[in-house]
Amino acid sequence: MTDTSSRVPISLDPPRLVRQQPLVKVEGLVKHYGRIRAVDQVDLEVYPGEVLGIVGESGSGKSTVLRLLNLQEPADAGTYRLNIPQVRADNLFALDRFQKREIRTLHIGVVYQHPHLGLRMGYTSSGNVAERLLITGERNFAVLRKAAHDSLAASEFPADRMDDPPAVLSGGMQQRVQLAKAIALKPALLLLDEPTTGLDVSIQATVLDTLKRLQRETNITTILVSHDLGVIRTLADRVIVMQHGRVIETGLTDQILEDPQAVYTQQLVYAKL
Amino acid sequence: MPILEVNGYTKSFHIHHLNREIPVFDALDFRLNEGEFLLVTGPNGIGKSTLLRCLYRSYRPTSGEALYHSRYGTVDLSRAADVDIGVLREEEIGFVTQFLRPRPRVSALELVAETGAHTGGQSAIAQAEAMLTEFGLKPELWQAYPATFSGGEQQKVNLARALIRPRRLLLLDEPTASLDAATRESLARRLSDLKALGVAMIGVFHHPEDVAHLIDDEIRLSTSQVSMNGDYSHVAE
Repeated sequence: MTDTSSRVPISLDPPRLVRQQPLVKVEGLVKHYGRIRAVDQVDLEVYPGEVLGIVGESGSGKSTVLRLLNLQEPADAGTYRLNIPQVRADNLFALDRFQKREIRTLHIGVVYQHPHLGLRMGYTSSGNVAERLLITGERNFAVLRKAAHDSLAASEFPADRMDDPPAVLSGGMQQRVQLAKAIALKPALLLLDEPTTGLDVSIQATVLDTLKRLQRETNITTILVSHDLGVIRTLADRVIVMQHGRVIETGLTDQILEDPQAVYTQQLVYAKL
Repeated sequence: MPILEVNGYTKSFHIHHLNREIPVFDALDFRLNEGEFLLVTGPNGIGKSTLLRCLYRSYRPTSGEALYHSRYGTVDLSRAADVDIGVLREEEIGFVTQFLRPRPRVSALELVAETGAHTGGQSAIAQAEAMLTEFGLKPELWQAYPATFSGGEQQKVNLARALIRPRRLLLLDEPTASLDAATRESLARRLSDLKALGVAMIGVFHHPEDVAHLIDDEIRLSTSQVSMNGDYSHVAE
């Protein structure tokens, strides 16, 4: 069979109308695990207020990209800029681990598919959220309590359950606690890794609705990893498609879903819709 | 003042698993001025909607150019960066389809208000209420979830949502399908007001007689060629 994956209609110009600089700019990102090249020369830009979706099958490297952007593990190569006044570094990967930790804490929020990765399951939910402020040095109990309450309310978590530990909550509620924790310090960048995967359909809908609402109200720049094209269609403005660690196609969400160009993207879309 | 100049516009779909190229239209040329209404006609499956979707960039055209004269200068819609298309969709180019895409647990009013939210001035909710009133959706349905509505009711929400924001170019893909006569009339009235304000429109209509008085020109798609003529009087009949 002939390989026609490079058949792209018309190559696109660089952005001219968009008035802001990208908030996130990543170039030449590479990550190996042993001999496996999990992420292979990935470039991406996310503009302020935008939701960028990353799709691809399991093992395509999409979650690895998110972990690298969350500065959880070192990249083997590449540069990563977060274009906000508080961050001066040209490449976040080059910072030491204390600086990385500070950036992660103050400017990046993350929601994982598995709540136990993001939460202390035995602490109260309010405590999980307030912990973010504790790290920044806040010690006033009333301030911590109010911040936890407000953040949980923003993620539409019921106030009367804020002192229950995540361990006794449903999956959907646990995701809301993760979200509240992620947004507690009003980060510049929100990373969502399969935030609704594993939830039953009706709960998934309400969590998605919360994410959409929050995104609209706070206009927070977001990178969303999901293999669920329905989730991507609901939330993402643009999409990058990954396969074998590489970006094989990028486009507006409706274009990727309705007129996919690459062989793999067509398989993905035709299989899911 | 031209707002859109389309030259050599071509679209084909390449379906990899069939290893086939499916041609849709080839080397289309047309232009559209501010305040003009262009009707796209032709038999089913000829590519009328595809043309609109290419201009909106839901589809990637295969070749040719679509020079759109935006407030920020001229942009070729065929090759503009995705984020730039995002800006134009936000501010200048609207797409009106025949289907609403309801979201679970989002009310009709919210669905309309969220697209109006960026315009400022009158609150988005008040604007949304005005639009739903204009298209005749019963107030008792405003707080309900449109997923449960009839096709016609959904379409009223869809129109309110699509037309709430000011646009310079509107792409209309059979917006009157599934509408009752009164709503078709409201839509025609709204389009007529927008046209008077200088909004340019390209539309596919199953029943063009609804908007006959708005039509300035016609692009006729056929299997052999595309023709454009100044005579569209037959449309009104």
